[in-house]
Amino acid sequence: MANIISDETIEYVGILAKLELSEEEKEQAKKDMGSMLDYIDQLNELDTMGVEPMSHIFPVNNVFREDVVTNGDDRDEILANAPAKKDGAFKVPKTVE
Amino acid sequence: MNSMDLTAVGLGRKIKAKEISVEQAVKDALEQIRQSEEVYNCYVTVDEEGALAQAKKVQGLIGDGTLTGPLAGVPVAIKDNMCTRGLRTTCSSKILDNFIPTYTAQAVENLEAAGAVILGKTNMDEFAMGSTTETSAYGPTKNPRNPQHVPGGSSGGSCAAVAAKECSYALGSDTGGSIRQPSSFCGVTGIKPTYGTVSRYGLIAYGSSLDQIGPVAKDVTDCATILEVISSYDKKDSTSVERKDCKFTEALVDDVKGMRIGIPKDYFGEGLDREVKEAVLAAAKVLEAKGAVVEEFDLSLVDYAIPAYYTIASAEASSNLSRFDGVKYGYRAKEYEGLHSMYKKSRSEGFGPEVKRRIMLGSFVLSSGYYDAYYLKALRTKALIKKAFDKAFEKYDVILGPAAPTTAPKLGESLSDPLKMYLGDIYTISVNLAGLPGMTVPCGTDSKGLPIGLQLIGDCFREHNIIRAGYAYECSREAK
Repeated sequence: MANIISDETIEYVGILAKLELSEEEKEQAKKDMGSMLDYIDQLNELDTMGVEPMSHIFPVNNVFREDVVTNGDDRDEILANAPAKKDGAFKVPKTVE
Repeated sequence: MNSMDLTAVGLGRKIKAKEISVEQAVKDALEQIRQSEEVYNCYVTVDEEGALAQAKKVQGLIGDGTLTGPLAGVPVAIKDNMCTRGLRTTCSSKILDNFIPTYTAQAVENLEAAGAVILGKTNMDEFAMGSTTETSAYGPTKNPRNPQHVPGGSSGGSCAAVAAKECSYALGSDTGGSIRQPSSFCGVTGIKPTYGTVSRYGLIAYGSSLDQIGPVAKDVTDCATILEVISSYDKKDSTSVERKDCKFTEALVDDVKGMRIGIPKDYFGEGLDREVKEAVLAAAKVLEAKGAVVEEFDLSLVDYAIPAYYTIASAEASSNLSRFDGVKYGYRAKEYEGLHSMYKKSRSEGFGPEVKRRIMLGSFVLSSGYYDAYYLKALRTKALIKKAFDKAFEKYDVILGPAAPTTAPKLGESLSDPLKMYLGDIYTISVNLAGLPGMTVPCGTDSKGLPIGLQLIGDCFREHNIIRAGYAYECSREAK
């Protein structure tokens, strides 16, 4: 395997991905990511000098709309899905000490 | 006769002629669900009560002449990644186990406005990540043609439900082949339209630049009819395209004289099952005999589509799935210390292994230091792939090939080696990268009796060509 994924990398990616992996999952992730990257490295065989990265197939621009409210008040309906709520708001753990 | 034996358009006609009531059609579907669902597990949620109530309402609207379209009263199954107001939508993930959307996806709304009756939500690979429907948190779906085998994925539940006659037709979504590959495995017909044709509003995003909703049904006529109904320009989807040529049923003409069909040699090399190859080439012969001009050509870059796809799709997924944080909806971990621990624990407990694998890969390829080497490289490759197709479509109206290299694998054989599973998407993935329309039409079975699918690919906005080719092929197949 050409791509060796270090413990540090897995830790770092875990932070970016907001995932907490078990030791077992980390070992598996190192293996999986290494083999996927080896595979993806095939792309280096391609000469892409001067090729613009294509994020969208059609030439689209930002689509703007008038800034007017079109939806009704569906707060209660939306809050019905919240894992925790209080006084008509989403409840989360303390964020500022 | 059971109304689920009919095509969707055939059933719609009988409902219109008052030969079958909407309620009877819904009851036929529910009865079939009762009989075979225990084995096949096509649905995550069946909404019996809602469907029967809607049937009554729709019958009234047909009766008073409000609803006159071809799909009025016909029962449909919706893939569980499309939001349905008031009806649980899980994406086959534990993290959305209790999610009740407050709005309905635009494509589904279009169907409802045309008088469709929703039976329920179909099983899929978790967040549409997988090719077998085995990564679902609600158990795998079995292939109705042989329950020892997978139905394919990720729209496995939708395709299996159509094959098992547990609905009249279904909606699926296709990011890298998720309509076309399971259609091939289950022996049904499915279309992934040109990117931007069907609104993605209310479709829970996986790879936003690749995702498209499309129909899964018994034949090409059904698919063209359904696509015509669900296609719409939608201001709520900023990538929606305003098209004036969405009369897809006009392409249902049994005539391919002079149609130029290209067969990419690169689609028939190593890894392609011999029986699949023979069936697909036999289908090409049928079209040739009807007057199409068929020739082989080199498409090139085929091997690079999969690595480019997994880079782009994983990158977009890692960003799209950051919204699942245990705050506004979905699963929240029971124990945690502080906000960040809550995010991490909720996500880690809520997502399954394949989803985590792709979020990790996606986060990596977007991370500083690797962004250029991986993500931008993949986007450059995508540009080259698009160019290769542009060149091919200068010469051909339709590109013809297999939908998948093999027929449906056995249950439990795919997940142990993800890379091998990804290779099964080789013929479908580049179509998403280039935004093209693609369709699977059944073209026979292998010696084990498993279905084989023919894939027809068109240039952007040229669904008419693939529908015409598919329809002409189907007419000959039926005549046999």
